[in-house]
Amino acid sequence: MTMLMERVGLLGPLRGAIDAGLPTLATCAGMIVLAREVSDGMRDQAGLGLLDIAVRRNGYGRQVDSFEADIDVAGLEGKPFHAVFIRSPLVESTGNVEVIATHEGHPVAVRQSNILALCFHPELTKDLRLHRLFLKTTAKVIS
Amino acid sequence: MAESNGYKVVKGSFKVKAGLAQMLKGGVIMDVVTAEHAKIAQDSGACAVMALERVPADIRKEGGVARMSDPTLIRSIMEAVTIPVMAKCRIGHFVEAQILEELGIDYIDESEVLTPADEEFHIDKHPFKVPFVCGCRDLGEALRRIAEGAAMIRTKGEAGTGNVVEAVRHARAVNAGIRKLQGMNKAELVHEAKLLGAPLELLVECQKLGRLPVVNFAAGGIATPADAALMMQLGVDGVFVGSGIFKSEEPLKMAKAIVAATTYFDKPEVLAEVSAGLGKAMHGLEIPAIPKEELLAARGW
Repeated sequence: MTMLMERVGLLGPLRGAIDAGLPTLATCAGMIVLAREVSDGMRDQAGLGLLDIAVRRNGYGRQVDSFEADIDVAGLEGKPFHAVFIRSPLVESTGNVEVIATHEGHPVAVRQSNILALCFHPELTKDLRLHRLFLKTTAKVIS
Repeated sequence: MAESNGYKVVKGSFKVKAGLAQMLKGGVIMDVVTAEHAKIAQDSGACAVMALERVPADIRKEGGVARMSDPTLIRSIMEAVTIPVMAKCRIGHFVEAQILEELGIDYIDESEVLTPADEEFHIDKHPFKVPFVCGCRDLGEALRRIAEGAAMIRTKGEAGTGNVVEAVRHARAVNAGIRKLQGMNKAELVHEAKLLGAPLELLVECQKLGRLPVVNFAAGGIATPADAALMMQLGVDGVFVGSGIFKSEEPLKMAKAIVAATTYFDKPEVLAEVSAGLGKAMHGLEIPAIPKEELLAARGW
């Protein structure tokens, strides 16, 4: 993804915009693009380096290991959030970010100022609570 | 099933299988026959690769029974790249599918490009943890495959010809089939389900969505950036390119151009730019020049 963004000249402007405070919801590959450190990627895979986490690409395994699981997300009311993980990155360590959900001991949702980053795909379920949480607490466009 | 935070973890569900295809949308899946090819495909921006021993153009030329590829080759390709790797099994050959699942392949193409192993039944794809993509020529065929558990659909086109005409025919047929459902009442849908030989509930879903319920790619004869963009403008979600890349004069250049054309399919100014100076595309075949018994799209039931 970063390779394609670089090819069309999107990488620099995007880094600038997010760094300047553009509210950003990152899912799965988007989390990898933002991460400070990426392992098991392509050689010379260099992302935006804006999010203080280290991730391992396909860290949960290949597609046969992709999974669904409920998770508890801090700030979400009601039932647990049903999360769909597709060849998901594994968050191996975190720095100055707020971890708002974990799965089997690893962070799967983190927040850092204008960025909300998720290992899973909230767009594959009909539950809009995470999108609302993003708009409310990260983008601050709804109350 | 493992437990986590007291919640159960489910692998291999239809949601997870169809979900991977969602992530490939807007991308190009390229046929590769070596680890070296796979790296070129990845560097060009392919969203996935299809690992096989011979590209369809060579299968067509050499004849004989075409089977699942050697696991050694498939493994070497899986090790060479970080993007998803797909592989083909013969229609109805559920043991080849079991072997591919065991190898940890990311998607199985139950493909008419290989010699069918069963002339009546396709694989029951539901029990597998690994997702399947299947070819179709029209809506009925697409929905029958989905009923059997396919999590992704592609047009059959006519593989190995470098001729896009059959892929266009099949994409248009699927579109027309879905348009025909719009405005049908329940009784008419029941009748249509009978005609298509497909389950009523899938017709109802197509009617509601105005499209197939799973991701739908184009395949079979796409050889140039313009071909890829043509298929995208006809409404498919992405493209497979088989022989078109590694049978062209400059594979990396052609591959990058097809990736760009698939992204910017509705921007003629970009298409004009990326189509220039690519060298020779693969040599194509006229469909009427192919003996009827050698047409691959007719395989599948």
